[in-house]
Amino acid sequence: MARPRQHRSGYFIFLIPGLILSTAVVVVPLAMTVATSFTRWQGVGAPTWIGVDNYVQLARDPSFWASFLHIVLLIVAMAIIPTLIGLVLATVLVEYVATAFGTRTASVFRAGFYLPQVLPVAIAGIVWSWILHPGYGALNSLLHAMGLSSLTRNWLGDPHDALYSVMAVMVWVQIGYPVVVFMAGLQRIDPELYEAAGLDGATWRQRFSHITVHLLRPDIYVVLVTTTIAALKVFGQIFVLTRGGPGNATLVPSYFAYKNFFEKANVGYGSAISTVLTAIILGLTVVFLRLQYGGERARTG
Amino acid sequence: MRAAKPIAGARRRGWLRHAVLIGLAILLALTLAPFLVVALNAVKTPSDYAEHGPIALPRALDLASIVEFWHRVDFTRKLLNSFVVSAAVAVLGVALSAMNAYALGIGKLRGRSWFLLFFLAANLIPQEALVYPLYYLSKLVHLYDSLTVLIIVFTVIQGAFGTYLLSSVYDHFPRELIDAAEVDGAGRWRILLRIVVPLSWQTLSVLFAFFFIWTWNEFFLPLVFLISNDHQTVSVALGVLQGQRFMDATTTSASALIGILPAILFFLLFQRTLIRGVTAGALK
Repeated sequence: MARPRQHRSGYFIFLIPGLILSTAVVVVPLAMTVATSFTRWQGVGAPTWIGVDNYVQLARDPSFWASFLHIVLLIVAMAIIPTLIGLVLATVLVEYVATAFGTRTASVFRAGFYLPQVLPVAIAGIVWSWILHPGYGALNSLLHAMGLSSLTRNWLGDPHDALYSVMAVMVWVQIGYPVVVFMAGLQRIDPELYEAAGLDGATWRQRFSHITVHLLRPDIYVVLVTTTIAALKVFGQIFVLTRGGPGNATLVPSYFAYKNFFEKANVGYGSAISTVLTAIILGLTVVFLRLQYGGERARTG
Repeated sequence: MRAAKPIAGARRRGWLRHAVLIGLAILLALTLAPFLVVALNAVKTPSDYAEHGPIALPRALDLASIVEFWHRVDFTRKLLNSFVVSAAVAVLGVALSAMNAYALGIGKLRGRSWFLLFFLAANLIPQEALVYPLYYLSKLVHLYDSLTVLIIVFTVIQGAFGTYLLSSVYDHFPRELIDAAEVDGAGRWRILLRIVVPLSWQTLSVLFAFFFIWTWNEFFLPLVFLISNDHQTVSVALGVLQGQRFMDATTTSASALIGILPAILFFLLFQRTLIRGVTAGALK
């Protein structure tokens, strides 16, 4: 702030293309979606203003509540489970494998676990819908070959199993991300801390919870935030694996909105679903940013 | 007695070492098994598959399913479409991020934290909240069913993320370099292109790799915007074909394999950059 004023002049022009483009691609469409959510509209002709009717209907719609319940379970599968497994894997790889077998071995494992992350979501969906196919799929064939025929299922076609199958696929997709982030975070930790703890007689479990988890808190936080938001937006895997079915067994808000927009031509209703989802994501972001800002202030202050 | 203890401990550790390694190897094998099983079945004949099932090794290497599927969906075209969109978004997105971040991080514009919040929100808003108006507006301006509309939309959405990340990098940009260039009479553009961009090349290349792969992997908006066969990207073409009548077991695994291969290629090409990126800014 002590810098002379003229130093800051002439920069605004660099922001203009970004602001114009964001307005055209994000601000205006979002405003249109919010406005449309108060109308009944088939996508052609003039929309009819109906006030909050769409929202009233949403509150009574069991599909809508089901889609949010499924999102809660997908947050478990995409954020919580991968974070827990990732913590263990990263710790074992950095503290054990890297020291006992060399960092190269640890990097090979890291790359392998990360590979599903670079796979396009639609392709991951194709791979798994083929593996989980009840008739010719590899999983059921493997179970038969192992003499475990009683365990075979119609993994994606049975309403009782479909969501759990999708959750398992999501764990597979997500696991590499926390592993990579936590391995990087662990390299920040001073090995002397562990040595000191070891000399003091701390067990592996004590070191894990008191040193590793404690010092990785910022990384765990970032991973949980980004994967939770990713779970709220999930679409591609659901589209390819189950199309929200059977029935509504794997319906998620994004696919529910898509169906209303492009299959049922209920644009107003679809807009209301999207508006609710947007409000939830932005609300969570504000909470996360506040927590982070508060945490930083507490640390530095 | 005292000497015996560490030896027993070391032996136990030696045993444990390998148990841990074996356990990890099993987990890794499980993670990679889907790739392997897809590859094995993509090179089987349909009759081999019918007879021996999906978990047997192929009796002979048969590329007919892959070749036939490739021609049927005109896969070369799909690869080209995906490549054009991804490369354009990566280049334009990095350029847009650099310009925005130059103004916010180095220019320290008034209200910069509000602008940053704006760009963060622009990146986080779910695409389904934008899709219908974008669909409607793109029809109005005759950009519907074109790669152009996707390039514009993804450049903005990913550029918004890049702006957020790069601004925090440019916050710490050595001020004396900028001041020195100003004393030498260099203008704002010259400083951006000759000093800021070359010195932040590493971060920019991380953004480039991520933008490219993210765009390649996009499914929702391409699904809505690209309806004609000639314009579809790899993900859309393969995604909408699932469940079609001609998609038998070997054809499905062939389609999965040719969808996986480009991803693995990019992974090998960008691996270091990707890991560095995830590591540096916890990019996602």
